[in-house]
Amino acid sequence: MKVQGNVIKYGDNVDTDVIIPARYLNTSDPKELAAHCMEDLDPGFINRVKTGDIIVAGKNFGCGSSREHAPIAIKASGISCVIASTFARIFYRNAINIGLPIVECPEAAEDISDGDEVEVDFDTGTITNRTKGKTYNAMPFPEFIQEIIRADGLVGYIRDQG
Amino acid sequence: MANTGAKTRGMTMTQKILADHAGLERVEAGQLIKARLDMVLGNDITTPVAVKEFRKIGRDRVFDKNKIAIVPDHFTPNKDIKSAEQVKFIREFAREMGIVNFFEVGRMGVEHALLPEMGLVVPGDVVIGADSHTCTYGALGAFSTGIGSTDMAAGMATGEAWFKVPEAIRFVLTGKPGKWVSGKDIILHIIGMIGVDGALYKSMEFTGDGLGHLSMDDRFSMANMAIEAGAKNGIFEVDEKTIEYVKEHSTKPYKVYKADDDAEYCCEYLIDLSTVKPTVAFPHLPSNARTIDQVGNIKIDQVVIGSCTNGRIEDMRMAAQVLKGRTVHPDVRCIIIPATQKVWKQAMDEGLFDIFIEAGAAVSTPTCGPCLGGHMGILAKGERAVATTNRNFVGRMGHPESEVYLASPAIAAASAVAGRIASPDEL
Repeated sequence: MKVQGNVIKYGDNVDTDVIIPARYLNTSDPKELAAHCMEDLDPGFINRVKTGDIIVAGKNFGCGSSREHAPIAIKASGISCVIASTFARIFYRNAINIGLPIVECPEAAEDISDGDEVEVDFDTGTITNRTKGKTYNAMPFPEFIQEIIRADGLVGYIRDQG
Repeated sequence: MANTGAKTRGMTMTQKILADHAGLERVEAGQLIKARLDMVLGNDITTPVAVKEFRKIGRDRVFDKNKIAIVPDHFTPNKDIKSAEQVKFIREFAREMGIVNFFEVGRMGVEHALLPEMGLVVPGDVVIGADSHTCTYGALGAFSTGIGSTDMAAGMATGEAWFKVPEAIRFVLTGKPGKWVSGKDIILHIIGMIGVDGALYKSMEFTGDGLGHLSMDDRFSMANMAIEAGAKNGIFEVDEKTIEYVKEHSTKPYKVYKADDDAEYCCEYLIDLSTVKPTVAFPHLPSNARTIDQVGNIKIDQVVIGSCTNGRIEDMRMAAQVLKGRTVHPDVRCIIIPATQKVWKQAMDEGLFDIFIEAGAAVSTPTCGPCLGGHMGILAKGERAVATTNRNFVGRMGHPESEVYLASPAIAAASAVAGRIASPDEL
């Protein structure tokens, strides 16, 4: 699977409170959540984001609250993939469980700039920066996690197992 | 097992608990395992999503109706129609599934104060909770960790969860904490030292003879904030205080795990508790720690004393000790939230509410409320709060341009009186 899009770049420690503030957690509707995605960090995000765009961030992306509403909001806003130096562990699990593609790659997170056009090949783990003409290699997922991804998330994985 | 001559390293406390729950002789850091769950937890924000995912799995019942706890605590008593609908949705699910531990307003409390108090978690348990502060139960010598709603759904359906076995950082605590220094100050000091991702994907294991000076409430508030250093879990060595607490609160069988003497740690910190000073975390990260003598003159508008970090009886007593015979500064709203019904009654019976009310503080029914900017004390643009809660991220308690300073109940109460961040010694 490959995705391609323009990059929206953020820094370190983007927490789930700014990804989706708690004042909007009285619903779990993806569309409603997406309308407030990134609101407390970047109020312009919602008007700027286009389907397929890629978020690139620094270390510890998705730290804080375990709210699955955060990856749900990002996915529903049209983001095709999040690349970060590191992910907070609950966000990492949640993203895989709901089928939001994420890639851990410190080199790419450092080098890619806001607005760059980037392609991610999940099968090979290769990230191609078309704007800068560079490639970066992401850490591959362990086999077990790849199985969850292939089953379209944890629910599909458990259903397949019966 | 064949003797290959190669010496295998011992296991950490967390690794031993996980090995046992995975039915394995031993596990190693980095290994992916499936572990049996002793408790699966959710709240009013995370459970609605979990219920929807549970339905998709297609099971008509949960793995064990006694091993699931659902605690509507974040927006309760329901703050608006949508919150009421969410709680109604999960209440109906709990009834349909016969879930025993569903805690309604009037019997509830902030989940991570409530579960240990109800005896639902004991040493050696493996617990997952769809709330990041589920790591609190590490204070009891249990492996407990926060997960999301889909993992909660899977846990409710199968009674199992997958984990990557973490490596551990060992914190050896020595010495006796000084005056006004609580578990909260120690954990803020540690997070300030290692950073908000200093323990990312790892266990924080607490040991050493300094533990003897830490009450269970101190330990709960420290384990609670392991997640603020990015940790998978925080866990305390079990001692007499733990066993005493468990015997007082639970009839569940428990198992004490101890780290092997030759267990491998990725690093070790030696912390002399007598050198730790009261500590405040400045906006907007829990790692922006400063000792009380370095805070400067920070005027405040609100104080919140409560939450899963510091809403227990000792926290109430500490706040009362500082507020007794004093009054809250005219420019400050001081909101005190005992974390559970039991803490509430105990605080009332001990006369603490008289002190709070005479001081001009408000006392609320148990709720997470303001900690996450839900209700019961939201900040306006430009306002500042000192809170005994666990996060000071942008917009956490209200307006994105408001500020939260994290501190202990003693510092929070003193700040309420002074109208600026202050130590009780300055009053």
